[in-house]
Amino acid sequence: MKGISYTASGRQRKERSIRLVFFAIALASIITLGLILLFLFMEGLPIFKKVSVQDFLLGKYWYPTDDPADFGIFALIMASIAVTGVSAVISIPLGVLTALYLAEAASARLRQWVKPVVELLAALPSVVIGFFGMVIVAPFLQDVFNVATGLNLFNAALMLAFMSIPTICSISEDAIFGVPAELKEASLALGATHWETIWRVIIPASISGICTAVILGMSRAIGETMVVLMVAGGAAMVPGSLFDPVRPMPASIAAEMAEAPFRGDHYYALFATGIVLFAFTLLFNVVADYISNRYRQVGAATL
Amino acid sequence: MDSSIKMAVNDLDFFYADFQALHRILLKFTSNQVTALIGPSGCGKSTLLRCLNRMNDLIPYSRVKGQVLLEGRNIYDPNVDVVTLRRHIGMVFQKPNPFPKSVFENVAYGLRVNGMRDRSMITERVEKSLKQAALWEEVKDRIHESALGLSGGQQQRLCIARALAVEPEIVLMDEPCSALDPIATQKIEELIHQLKEKYTIVIVTHNMQQAARVSDVTAFFYLGKLIEVDETKKIFTRPSLKETSDYITGRFG
Repeated sequence: MKGISYTASGRQRKERSIRLVFFAIALASIITLGLILLFLFMEGLPIFKKVSVQDFLLGKYWYPTDDPADFGIFALIMASIAVTGVSAVISIPLGVLTALYLAEAASARLRQWVKPVVELLAALPSVVIGFFGMVIVAPFLQDVFNVATGLNLFNAALMLAFMSIPTICSISEDAIFGVPAELKEASLALGATHWETIWRVIIPASISGICTAVILGMSRAIGETMVVLMVAGGAAMVPGSLFDPVRPMPASIAAEMAEAPFRGDHYYALFATGIVLFAFTLLFNVVADYISNRYRQVGAATL
Repeated sequence: MDSSIKMAVNDLDFFYADFQALHRILLKFTSNQVTALIGPSGCGKSTLLRCLNRMNDLIPYSRVKGQVLLEGRNIYDPNVDVVTLRRHIGMVFQKPNPFPKSVFENVAYGLRVNGMRDRSMITERVEKSLKQAALWEEVKDRIHESALGLSGGQQQRLCIARALAVEPEIVLMDEPCSALDPIATQKIEELIHQLKEKYTIVIVTHNMQQAARVSDVTAFFYLGKLIEVDETKKIFTRPSLKETSDYITGRFG
């Protein structure tokens, strides 16, 4: 009797080598990311030999080219937060309500058309949006609100809202559309109206997805560079009104990096600003990830 | 009009776009009786069930012809408010589908959307419904915990309690035991027996023994047509038509 052979064959060795190849490919992007981070910290941390972390983060004056120079990025941080916050106030209702409409109210045919169009908004190069903000929106704001410059916090927030709406809308729509039809039917069968069903069943069941969408949209807004560089106005001061010109962190880095002497204090300070910016986007993504895992169980019955 | 007829289906046709799923269905549902709808998959029994509370309204490009009379009034009449109608006709689905909320909130949901605000009234009605669904003893200590933590059989009884809470007159059940084990199934069947004292019940089932056990009247469907309807005893012992006897003895379907 020959019996069945259990020993490893060539096929299994092939399986193993395929797995190795995929592992290596996955590793490549992780290593790249790690190297970029390493570089960011190596080039950013030296500034803290000159300025304390506290003075850097909370210092109100950003005069990197003066003598003696001031490296306080508080105004830049506040500008980033203000621009992102105002843009969220615009983009969250628009994005989430559009998603609700598409998932719940729009006909299948309309949804088929509108969703890709909304997603296409995300494909607009940011420089085009910035250009639009500069040439069309800025003069408009200047006239209508009678402000000194149309290149200001509000303009930047508006343009960033345009950029985050597709993210918010698309991911929210997936979450809302993914609520099991069984839950919706159960609600309707109990004599709930469509609106009651949306408000009491569909939104609670998809809230984690909606939150994730919102945070990813905002993380896109806070890291966006070209738009704020073009339309935020560029003044490194803590904003006092909606129509003040501001200088968010990415704009500052992009505008000054070319003129900062290589490995000088200014150069280090800009990289340190990059570290702060990275901390913000990392925080957003971790929170988004946490929320989407925390409230994952939304489905119908699990037997 | 015969007052014991709760609901009557009158010459009902149903279309999914171009496909006709139901052909001229004529059927009466008697008060306080259990009517079982049986037949092979795709025969239209679930479609018919979902016509009875206008759940099929949700399906795009679908169309209904004919009448469904609830106590003599056509539910497809343009003046009928479908939301109010559904409050009078409870439904239990194939897969247990509790909301991702607490046990209490699941049952209270229908009360709240129907305008009940008084906390003590809601609490009272939740307890009553859970008792009616023979679930109270098992969940009374975890009533504010998530309903998703219950077993499949408990979840399905919770869905029944949820449907009963709004005090419907008719309860529609779409294969309510198909996702449950035999013990849970037995509990639901016992429950159906008790419920018919108060409600008119229509149940779709794939399980022939179940139809024989729980129902008073059985209607056999095939290819979108009602083939035969009669007292359950008669359908399972001396059916008039050969198709029916072939199906219930397992020769096809």
